[in-house]
Amino acid sequence: MSPDQILLDPTSEISPEKKPKIDRPVKLDGLTVGLLDINKPRGDEFLDRIEELLSEKGICVNRYKKERFSRVAAPELRSQIAEECQVAIEALAD
Amino acid sequence: MSGTLPTDGLVVVVKRDCPTCTTIVPALEALAADGITIYSQDDPAFPESMDGVNDDRELETSYHLGINIVPTLIRLKDGKEVDRAIGWNQGEWRALTGISDLGEGLPENRPGCGSLTEEPGAEYRLKARYGNTGLNARKVAIPHDADPVEACYERGWTDGMPVTPPTEERVLRMLDGTNRAPDEEIGLLPPNFMPCTVEKIAINAVMAGCLPEYMPVVITMVEASLIQEFNLHGNLATTNAVGPVVMVNGPIADKIGMNKKKNVFGQGNRAHAAIGRTLQLLVRNVGGGIPGEIDRAVFGNPGKYSFCFAEDDTDPRWTTYAEDQGFSRDASTVTLFPGDGVTPIIDHISREPEDLCQTYINSLLATYNRWQVNEVGAFLVIGGEHQQVFYNAGWSKQQVLAYLDERLKIRVGDVVPGRSGWGGLTEEERADPDRLLPKFRTGKLNIIRAGGAAGKYSAIISGIGSAGMMPVTKEIAP
Repeated sequence: MSPDQILLDPTSEISPEKKPKIDRPVKLDGLTVGLLDINKPRGDEFLDRIEELLSEKGICVNRYKKERFSRVAAPELRSQIAEECQVAIEALAD
Repeated sequence: MSGTLPTDGLVVVVKRDCPTCTTIVPALEALAADGITIYSQDDPAFPESMDGVNDDRELETSYHLGINIVPTLIRLKDGKEVDRAIGWNQGEWRALTGISDLGEGLPENRPGCGSLTEEPGAEYRLKARYGNTGLNARKVAIPHDADPVEACYERGWTDGMPVTPPTEERVLRMLDGTNRAPDEEIGLLPPNFMPCTVEKIAINAVMAGCLPEYMPVVITMVEASLIQEFNLHGNLATTNAVGPVVMVNGPIADKIGMNKKKNVFGQGNRAHAAIGRTLQLLVRNVGGGIPGEIDRAVFGNPGKYSFCFAEDDTDPRWTTYAEDQGFSRDASTVTLFPGDGVTPIIDHISREPEDLCQTYINSLLATYNRWQVNEVGAFLVIGGEHQQVFYNAGWSKQQVLAYLDERLKIRVGDVVPGRSGWGGLTEEERADPDRLLPKFRTGKLNIIRAGGAAGKYSAIISGIGSAGMMPVTKEIAP
């Protein structure tokens, strides 16, 4: 029997690790909601309204903004949001 | 059986197909008494007159002994080579064997023939099989009766077109196209930011159909793609149609047979097809950028299989794009820019530069949409006959660019609230209806030359123009 053919793996040779989603909060009471503006036109209008609605309910809101929509959010910004908020909303509204 | 090399004694490697080997059979017979070990590369029955010839048709022993010519006579002592005679030379063989009348009656000198280990392609096949390849990639075993092309499809390694199966032999040959070490890490490829080594580049270059001599271009292209200003992540993840467009300048373009002239953006050129494709395969296989997943393009464009060409620098009257970026005309460079398809501009009539420029302006203003001034950039590609219009009038490229830039303006008062264009204006701009905004205000208009000499055409390759995604140029190390 002929031996197998050998090919070299063209990939990064990683296996994706599946992590379960963290539990979604049932209520927003007492939580801080982060609103991330990705810096596309009119995203701020949408987020202003969301902030208004959340604030009316007495929910604490923090606002954040990416430097450019086409670039990945800086690691510092991501960890800042993770530290300061329990919930995050990222908005796109061309 | 290939046989085992003796620790001490004489070893000779021969082949039947070599006239020198057949001529010196009497000398080999004379050495039989000393227990000479014979390896035959092509026929274990040769020489017929001798017993115990070792079959080296797989060339394992020849490879390990580093045989270039047959016959080669070697003396081993304590398992190590202490002497070697290449080809047939009576004096050398007598000295090496210590037999003073060896080969009496044979010609004094015959040069021998090429070893089968020197046949085209054998070097890489033998190194893959018997040598220390220095490769680190995981070896994927495919059953001997499976179609390796289909095996690549099944594993999700292709862009939809067949790939050349990346065997060790092919990857070793590809790596010969560069002096960079296989384990050198070029950078982290998005979207998963995975390490991209020269070896992984070579593997994907094999699959894309590259020749080894493309490797300097390919490696520089990958390096350029990782320059932050280019923003490869943005290019691959955007909803926009763009993909990386690869433009090569300088002598290497001719050296590897790239096309600057007829059908420059079309099919039929191996370097064009394979080089751009390598970047896309790397993004897919190493970076993890899969269409429909992290690649969110609404349309994409056919150039995302490969969009690669050489700028036409044959007429010295205009500077090249790379020169405009500060590189020498003699330097070989790779430029990457985000680009979508090719929009032709047809003007068979204009013979004056101003008239031709007006045609360009009308076309360029419509890029993306008539009123868009943000996130829009373009490469205006001037074809052969249109170039002549400017040359004849003595216009430099910089003059053409200045003429166009001056007129590629959008009047704020013509932009209607509620329609596209309005959203991209600041309050201050909106307040002044007579204000003129440059069409390419966040991106840039660039002019390059390419295409066939006959036909009055130019073309626009539009693409995102923004501070977040800029063209980049990198020199290929000489």
